Amino acid sequence: MTTPEFPAPVEDPDSAPYWDSLREHAMALPYCAACGRFFFYPRTICPHCHAGDVGWRPASGHGVIYSYTVVRRAPAPAFAADVPYTVALADLDEGCRIVARVRPEDAGLATIGARVEIEYDDVTDALTLPVLRVVAAGQPGQPGQPGQLGQPG
Amino acid sequence: MSAAGRSAAGRRAVIAGVADAPLRKGVLATPATPVGVQAVTAVAALAQAGLTLGDVDGLFTAGTWGVPGSGQFQTVALAEYLGLDPRCADGTNVGGAAFEVLLGHAVTAIETGRCDVVLISYGSTQRSGRATRAWALPAFGGQYDFPFGLPAPIGGYALAAMRYLAESGATSEHLAEVAVAARAWSALNPAATRREPITVADVLDSALICDPLHVLDCCLVTDGAGAVVVTTAERAADLARPPVEILGWAEAQSHWNISQMPDLVTTGAARTGPDALAQAGLTLADIDLLEVYDSFTITVLLTLEGLGVCPRGEAGAFVAAGHTRPGGSLPMNTSGGGLAAAHPGMYGIFLIIEACRQLWNECGERQVPGARTALVHGTGGQLSSSATCVLSTERP
Repeated sequence: MTTPEFPAPVEDPDSAPYWDSLREHAMALPYCAACGRFFFYPRTICPHCHAGDVGWRPASGHGVIYSYTVVRRAPAPAFAADVPYTVALADLDEGCRIVARVRPEDAGLATIGARVEIEYDDVTDALTLPVLRVVAAGQPGQPGQPGQLGQPG
Repeated sequence: MSAAGRSAAGRRAVIAGVADAPLRKGVLATPATPVGVQAVTAVAALAQAGLTLGDVDGLFTAGTWGVPGSGQFQTVALAEYLGLDPRCADGTNVGGAAFEVLLGHAVTAIETGRCDVVLISYGSTQRSGRATRAWALPAFGGQYDFPFGLPAPIGGYALAAMRYLAESGATSEHLAEVAVAARAWSALNPAATRREPITVADVLDSALICDPLHVLDCCLVTDGAGAVVVTTAERAADLARPPVEILGWAEAQSHWNISQMPDLVTTGAARTGPDALAQAGLTLADIDLLEVYDSFTITVLLTLEGLGVCPRGEAGAFVAAGHTRPGGSLPMNTSGGGLAAAHPGMYGIFLIIEACRQLWNECGERQVPGARTALVHGTGGQLSSSATCVLSTERP
């Protein structure tokens, strides 16, 4: 799905360790030693307690779909060949929420509450994106606890 | 704190004039730049207030045009174009809700004596100029969302809609009812862009863009310009129209990127609605009409529930029952709104303009009989920002 117009992440001092971890196929997440909570996305201070004692810890790679959509009209030429594709919000077991695509072969399995595992899509030599593999279907009518994260991050 | 008690100096801010630019098939009837159309629209709103550009000493604006890039230096660029040297400027840009925020800020600026006449101004040529959507950049927080091909802003609203349907048991038909009701109003508004009636089936048969949102769940893409003049009650005392009092207002913001929204079915309306009503000393039972931001059909259902008009999950049935349509118990989006009248990218100023026209009994076929008090609610970004204003021609 790579073209010259692909909107690759503009890496910065906050995000470089995250994208590095994905290139190594070993997702790491920001972690606050002061309050003992993970958070996402990476910041120089913890969005929960505002302490500056932030670092990185390996992610379990497990989570649950909080919501999803099927994109049928590409927002940029780089994505035109991919439509339709499924983009989800996944609540990772560490308590933070990420955006990621669901694997094309699992698109029909994407439901709210479905259990997912992180896999890695090497888009280019320089860019790896997380992608969600559905490992267990959600329960119909059981979308999980509304707002269970309750906090940004 | 009551509105009457807000100003220690005894100054009370009111809306004294409004105007918008005529459109033809969704584009400016007279071709203009985003600043050029604001100049002529401002002059019209000021004339309604018995004022001229020379009286303006507060300039408040937000938009997606700018120099050198999108959204840059709007207050100074617009002041230069208008030949103004304002004592007070405010360019707070929280997306489409910016104008409800700016109205609240204008009240503060006038009642604390920082200025006497605030022009709130907006202009967009996004239809005729086909501006690019530069705000979906994969930098800062956007780098974690946009490389996955999530369209902005519809992707965020689609994620919220999917979650809402799952949590509430509401259906796509409920979303569609919002678009159908919008056309029931626009059919009565000669200035609206899309006036032909539609059915729930029409909405569901229109192309899916981002599940569960169809083309007809989305607002229009038009040009547009609007102006609102805020001044002291003293200066507005002798005008033909009764001044519109700003009885209460509140603003909130919770996130920029959709991944950072704590709960996708609870918007800032849950905070700003009750806060603005409390400041006004009113309850929802006192509200004659609603003007709420309708970027997408889901925006309206989440707003109705956030404001407390309906319990969680029941807004779709409320709209389907006809309560918000012409003749209903709580008329809503009486111009046809962003879904059917016009949506130039940041719609919030038009909510205020339509509310004032309703309160001034100027709305012809779509007039809500006896309207005295309106609740206006803006939503910006990807459900990112919220602001509520309670407007009335009656003094508290």
